Amino acid sequence: MPSLSKICSSFCFLSLLPRSRSRAPNPQAMAALRRFSSPAILPLRRFAASCPFSATAGDDQAVMTVETSVPFTGHRIDTPSRSVETTPKELLSFFREMSLMRRMEIAADSLYKAKLIRGFCHLYDGQEAVAVGMEAAITKKDAIITAYRDHCIFLGRGGKLIEAFSELMGRRAGCSKGKGGSMHFYRREAEFYGGHGIVGAQIPLGCGIALGQKYSKEETVTFTMYGDGAANQGQLFEALNMSALWDLPVILVCENNHYGMGTAEWRAAKSPAYYKRGDYVPGLKVDGMDALAVKQACKFAKEHVLKNGPMILEMDTYRYHGHSMSDPGSSYRTRDEISGIRQERDPIERIRKLILSHEISTANELKDIEKEVRKEVDAAIAQAKECPMPDSSELFANIYVKGLGVKDQAP
Amino acid sequence: MERDPTVCVIGEDVGHYGGSYKVTKGLATKFGDLRVLDTPIAENSFTGMGIGAAMTGLRPVIEGMNMGFLLLAFNQISNNCGMLHYTSGGQFTIPVVIRGPGGVGRQLGAEHSQRLESYFQSIPGLQLVACSTPYNAKGLMKAAIRSENPVVLFEHVLLYNLKEKIPDEEYVLCLEEAEMVRPGDQITILTYSRMRYHVMQAAKTLVNKGYDPEVIDIRSLKPFDLYTIGNSIKKTHRVLIVEECMRTGGIGASLRSAIIDNFWDYLDAEIMCLSSQDVPTPYAGTLEEWTVVQPAQIVSAVEQLCKKT
Repeated sequence: MPSLSKICSSFCFLSLLPRSRSRAPNPQAMAALRRFSSPAILPLRRFAASCPFSATAGDDQAVMTVETSVPFTGHRIDTPSRSVETTPKELLSFFREMSLMRRMEIAADSLYKAKLIRGFCHLYDGQEAVAVGMEAAITKKDAIITAYRDHCIFLGRGGKLIEAFSELMGRRAGCSKGKGGSMHFYRREAEFYGGHGIVGAQIPLGCGIALGQKYSKEETVTFTMYGDGAANQGQLFEALNMSALWDLPVILVCENNHYGMGTAEWRAAKSPAYYKRGDYVPGLKVDGMDALAVKQACKFAKEHVLKNGPMILEMDTYRYHGHSMSDPGSSYRTRDEISGIRQERDPIERIRKLILSHEISTANELKDIEKEVRKEVDAAIAQAKECPMPDSSELFANIYVKGLGVKDQAP
Repeated sequence: MERDPTVCVIGEDVGHYGGSYKVTKGLATKFGDLRVLDTPIAENSFTGMGIGAAMTGLRPVIEGMNMGFLLLAFNQISNNCGMLHYTSGGQFTIPVVIRGPGGVGRQLGAEHSQRLESYFQSIPGLQLVACSTPYNAKGLMKAAIRSENPVVLFEHVLLYNLKEKIPDEEYVLCLEEAEMVRPGDQITILTYSRMRYHVMQAAKTLVNKGYDPEVIDIRSLKPFDLYTIGNSIKKTHRVLIVEECMRTGGIGASLRSAIIDNFWDYLDAEIMCLSSQDVPTPYAGTLEEWTVVQPAQIVSAVEQLCKKT
């Protein structure tokens, strides 16, 4: 059994970093980061050998229990168990969905460099486990709202690849008819409220959605997502205060990828323990690269907030790309750090290893899934490229409902 | 609120206190604390929350205790309230009403005497309406609540004590329509909110002097009711705009442009626009009087415009 205290201390890894003036933390500390925060593949295999489970090749609904990479850390709350129930079917679907999301983001990178996507493009690769784990814990009647790193959340909510790529390229088949762009994906029928460009402004919106849910009494909740950069916005604390005051069913999810654009969390926050920043509001710290941990935390959070009012989830995650396509992502962190995390904590690799060690599928079958996913993405891009630009009448459509006020604006 | 359970009120002291200007008096007792939400002092977020709630189908009436405080919520009002319908490709509507008292009061000081209509007028997707009488306040408020679009309803601090007999039956006014206050033949005076009363005071003097002004309360600040305004200009050929917001970038500036663009051929004289001075509203009573347009100035402006042939 690996030393749990060592793994627990992984959450303090960034506080180990010297607060020097240099932008890149020293290599020794970064090696410590990788070592301590790794899912410790060895214990996983040991667990695989020792944990009783009954999955067989054709038995994909059989419940199996997997331990999360690290235990949860709580603030003013008793943490949920590390043992997560899952099925082979679910693990395979995690693998497929995350591979799809990864492929979509990488394809978006190429499209941006080919100047087919313009403006701002914020990619989510590395963070897929948060999107996928959350969906596994909730229904499409629960609401999600996030900021501008929204492509994968959109997919998770049932958005189609063709809608995503069309929107990115500004075509009329886009989910916002080409009028929103990368930062404004929405899917009303799946309670996905976007897609917002101004850091932190979506947080009060999310709490307002929860207010609407409280009115409707349908026992649904809202996951209001934001990043470590937005965690220092005043409106977060204002909205959290009101949500706690009125017992709104809202879960604030901080996707802590440790960098607010180019500023590391320890340079922006006096206290980067974002799960504790709610003070009187309970919080949970979760390994955001472990889809099963995310699922467990979200399930737990949903049950909690329906009875007790808001809570905060901090997802410890990482983005491989820079903040956006105009940021190479290497001026404020080392390439070693990025490749280290990719090697030790990649969410897709973790699920792959789980699937292989439990013999749910073979390596070749998984490779086939990846090939399939790649074909799907390429087909969607080809289709999106053929899609026409919006008609000029769209310029003045949807400013007002029923086109009010258009007559004295139009030329 | 009786007719539609999705209508709710959000603001500071709107509930138990009854509203700082008593606009929401008695509502909390009748409808409860969730429908008449007393918020902490957090304009940016409670406006955002109202917008988020509207996205789910509620119809919040968000109150700024003083319009000026809503400057703290400018981002929410501009980006989320005004633009979400467009950026979501029409998926979400934001049927909120944002209301509150604004305008120059009696020596309330610079920060409590702001006129936000000029700041908000560029935001696409918002409708701006200014009420001025008990009759149009009720009608416009109902229309604003029923509208699927976000509406900013500008009330005025000095007009809350007006008393007027209004119909018992239900009535709803049109948000985009201007109000003909006094038909006339000689000159079109366009105004809104409190300045309507200064204009009518000036009109009395003008009528005694033999003039025949047509007074229109434009009510709809965005979009302008160019139909009513245009018909008037085609009749009188002279325009005077009397407004309370600042000269620079105010409603009058935009209205002037719109009139020039659309009705240039019908004008016999330049369009005059009387606005407040571009100064922070001073505390001293005499100075405050000089910042806003007074009836005497309106009278001389009309006399000046009517001299031109």
